[in-house]
Amino acid sequence: MTALDRVRTPRRRSVPKRLVAGAVLTILLVVLALVSLVWTPQPTSGIRILLKLQPPLSSGLLGTDQLGRDVFSLLMAGAANSFAIAAAAVALGGTLGTVTGLLAAIRGGWTETLTMRGCDVLFAFPPILSAMLLGVVLGPGRPTAVVAIAAFMVPVFARVARASGARILALDYILAARCAGKGAARIAAEHVLPNIAGDLLVQATLQLGLAILAEAGLSFLGLGPTPPAPSWGRMLADARTYVQLAPWLAIAPGAAVALAVLGLNLLGDGLRDRFDPRLRGRT
Amino acid sequence: MQPIRRRRLPTLLAAAFAVLALSTAGAAAKDGVVIAMGIEPAGLDPTIAAPAAIGQVTWQNVFEGLTRIDRDGKVRPQLAEAWDIATDGKTYTFHLRSGVRFHNGVAFDAATAKFTLDRARGEKSTNPQKQFFETIERIEAPDAQTLVLSLKQPTGNLLYWLGWPTAVMLEPSSAEDDRTHPIGTGPFVFDGWRQGVSVDLKRNEAYWDAARRPQLSSATFRFIADAQAQAAAVQSGEVDAVPEFGAPELFASFKDDPRLETVVGDTELKVVAGLNLRKPPLDDVRVRQALMMAIDRQVVIEGAWSGFGTPIGSHYTPNDPGYVDLTGRLAYDPAKARALLAEAGHADGLDLTIKVPQMTYATRSAEVLQALLAEVGVRLTIVPTEFPAKWIDEVFKRHDFDMTIVAHAEPLDIGIYARPDYYFGYRNPQFDRVLGEAEAATDTARRLELYGEAQRMLADDVPALYLFVMPKLGVWKAGLKGLWANEPIPSNDLTEVRWDD
Amino acid sequence: MLLRRLIGLLLTLLAVSLLLFLVMNLLPGDPAAVMLGTSARPDTLAAMREAMGLDRPLPVRFVVWLGGVLTGDFGTSITYGTPVAELIRDRAAVTLPLAGLAILLSILIALPLGLVSAARRGRRADAVAGLFAQLGLALPNFWIGLLLVLVFASELHWLPSGGFPGWSAGLGPALSALVLPTVALALPQAAVLTRVTRAALLDTLAEDFVRTARAKGLTRREALLRHALPNAMVPILTILGLQFSFLVAGAVLVENVFDLPGLGRLVYQALLQRDAVVVQGTVLCFTALVVVVNFLVDLAYLRFDPRLRAAS
Repeated sequence: MTALDRVRTPRRRSVPKRLVAGAVLTILLVVLALVSLVWTPQPTSGIRILLKLQPPLSSGLLGTDQLGRDVFSLLMAGAANSFAIAAAAVALGGTLGTVTGLLAAIRGGWTETLTMRGCDVLFAFPPILSAMLLGVVLGPGRPTAVVAIAAFMVPVFARVARASGARILALDYILAARCAGKGAARIAAEHVLPNIAGDLLVQATLQLGLAILAEAGLSFLGLGPTPPAPSWGRMLADARTYVQLAPWLAIAPGAAVALAVLGLNLLGDGLRDRFDPRLRGRT
Repeated sequence: MQPIRRRRLPTLLAAAFAVLALSTAGAAAKDGVVIAMGIEPAGLDPTIAAPAAIGQVTWQNVFEGLTRIDRDGKVRPQLAEAWDIATDGKTYTFHLRSGVRFHNGVAFDAATAKFTLDRARGEKSTNPQKQFFETIERIEAPDAQTLVLSLKQPTGNLLYWLGWPTAVMLEPSSAEDDRTHPIGTGPFVFDGWRQGVSVDLKRNEAYWDAARRPQLSSATFRFIADAQAQAAAVQSGEVDAVPEFGAPELFASFKDDPRLETVVGDTELKVVAGLNLRKPPLDDVRVRQALMMAIDRQVVIEGAWSGFGTPIGSHYTPNDPGYVDLTGRLAYDPAKARALLAEAGHADGLDLTIKVPQMTYATRSAEVLQALLAEVGVRLTIVPTEFPAKWIDEVFKRHDFDMTIVAHAEPLDIGIYARPDYYFGYRNPQFDRVLGEAEAATDTARRLELYGEAQRMLADDVPALYLFVMPKLGVWKAGLKGLWANEPIPSNDLTEVRWDD
Repeated sequence: MLLRRLIGLLLTLLAVSLLLFLVMNLLPGDPAAVMLGTSARPDTLAAMREAMGLDRPLPVRFVVWLGGVLTGDFGTSITYGTPVAELIRDRAAVTLPLAGLAILLSILIALPLGLVSAARRGRRADAVAGLFAQLGLALPNFWIGLLLVLVFASELHWLPSGGFPGWSAGLGPALSALVLPTVALALPQAAVLTRVTRAALLDTLAEDFVRTARAKGLTRREALLRHALPNAMVPILTILGLQFSFLVAGAVLVENVFDLPGLGRLVYQALLQRDAVVVQGTVLCFTALVVVVNFLVDLAYLRFDPRLRAAS
């Protein structure tokens, strides 16, 4: 930011707003998801054929689906499912990616070239296709969704970890640590990781949003968790032929996905502003 | 969530495109027809691969058989105008029509018929119904118009089987290319296949059967997988007919449209939840009967197929000759089901998995079954199993399953329960005997009586939970006549289709 | 540098094709069984496998396939019986225009929005553009597709809700079938692009040469258009390149929603039928497309950024 700009730009109030809005939205959905584990307004399994396709407010807050299940209850349980898969995928992809990226940064040379080229190959392969192939090998279900989503996150985290890691590794005190005889693993754990944790956290938050989108897409194609576990993507897929008859069935789950992703993105942007003031207000 | 707010720019854009779209609507000529199908055939030769869609495009339109099956499921002469059956039921002498030519000009005669049947039963045959031809011991063509089949044993169904898509007559020099460029003797000539989009047919101006010359000059089969898109296409007039509409929940919306005619018919698709009798707990007939009594078929039909469909109590449809209504045999009675489960030692309930293909009818039915069985303490785990590849591998070949659910498409296929290695694992010598007698019986009344007996055995032994027959939900433009209302065999016979002015 | 990238590109494609071949041929499920369905018998299965050429050993099949691909022959589909190259060509005639139109539309939306929000940073216009970007990132493209169908096809009957009449049906019907899918595919892309454009513009605005230009008396707007925009093209192109593989993935979903006979549906269907030759050919083309696009983006860098040219 330059002095010139600072004069012209009004004081920015929106930064904390974004963070707060994102945090509130995310916390709200996480709380709903957690509550669904012990209580939902109506049971999410069990069918009530006589109550099928009731419009919103006439039966439950958001009406019922083609089997007479309460849509709001399904959305709550779907939130738990979405967040669980997204979190697992980010944890898996993030860990693998970070380790790979750090390894590349510390070792350099051939290791670096090879891992980064490997990331390029992974990146070039359209993620949805690898997910479809995985779905065939493992069969649809939670593990498939988690692995498929994690797979396309590995290169993302690897790149972030390598870039940020390389920045830290160039600093003098790392040289000092090396001279003191510390091994690569210790240097990575004691000096590099804590310093790039912020970057990784920001990336993880943003990737969580992407993971929720990806989970919805996979479930939409029938590669997500299996019934009776409710899933936003599968609800959308089921709703397709009911669009005219019962539009709420198509609108509600999509809105849920959108809110969850919006919350996480706002949160991620807000966190980035905090951790990296250089980028403040840029994105 | 608010619906999309319309702004000016998109409105204008959309309006511009609407004009483009409108200019093409209703362009279908009155002597041609566009038929929408949900599944694109894999190849166009029904004698070398199983998918029903192949016959639904080519059978009776491009290809014809020695006999044909009509809209009521009855066997009629076609390329064989008559036949004599020896008194021992083991020799069939067919008198073939003269003056029949294939679309490439080659004449049809006894030699071509012999070639076709030999190809179907030969060593290299990939005919999906090869067992139909196993009964044939010897084929002779004493002259161009006579074909003599000598059988190993009397086979009451032979004439019926010869009417199937898998037994259509091919021309030797073009047979290898039939999968991409079919050449038959039928009323329509193949006119092109745009993979993923459509197959075009045009009228065979030299068709041999003067009495049944088609009135349509051309026909197009459009492949539209998504039911929503099928609905839109028939409503906008882009297609003239959807003989087998894929989404029952949308079907009601056609009823109010005066431009459209809706017809609910029967198919041969029996939706059954197959059980694995090879291993506990489903080797116990009490458990199987309890499961059957836990199922309210009407709820299944309502939940899975919006109330369209006919409940069945055995592996037989109301279309089929000799049908017996057995839905009352093990009628819905959850209390009795619980008691029977307890008697079988499962008072604390039971855990089962069901392997479910991705087709809508299967996934929805499975969810309903899951809920219904939970009521009697059976915890059903749904395992999505990709169809056909994985399902065939795991369920059909390796018998690795507890329960599964598929629609059996083949007409009159009760005989699968007598096959030794079929996936249910049903072994009942008495059933095999009854069925063997039925298939050999040349007297119709006796045969139907035996089929009735076979149906009852299945209803009592429950090798599968018999759920419902898929309806044939037909929707087409008012004024289009001659399409089949029922589907005694998967088909779209266009011979008699015409526009009524 | 360029040569090394080119060799890397070829190696990537070779790795992908080997991987693909192995995966496809080791998948559970036998294509012969798929074609014969529930009436398959051991003898017809064996005959079918022979007819499909599946009785030959794996390495032989790989070499034959790869040799064919190198000479432009992608083999014959075991389900359709037609050459894979033809299938891909026909389907690409749907997917490529769809992807191209979506990129075009997303640029048409994103560049002006990015410019406005950079020019009027912190004001209301910036906030509105920011909101659009946030929403665009959060909405699943297949859901946008469903909503578009609900409004423009089911309610207003302005546009077809799906299906593709083919280019032979005329430009009008074909294009109108692509309108809704294009919008559904373009909106999320436009959102990403808007953010990147804005950030890139603000970045370059802060650089010395722009400040020099301002000092010479250019207005902020002139500086933005004449100096900042051309220089902001590098990051914008990068993102376009990176997003391309997401665009392809999105096309698979969107083709599914709108029932378009494109490459995505072809792959999906071929996978279900275990038509390995078709899956291999199509995915290889997909990957090649992504890799080549990224390569072209690299080339474009050199063109737009003289500093990089000097470095290479």
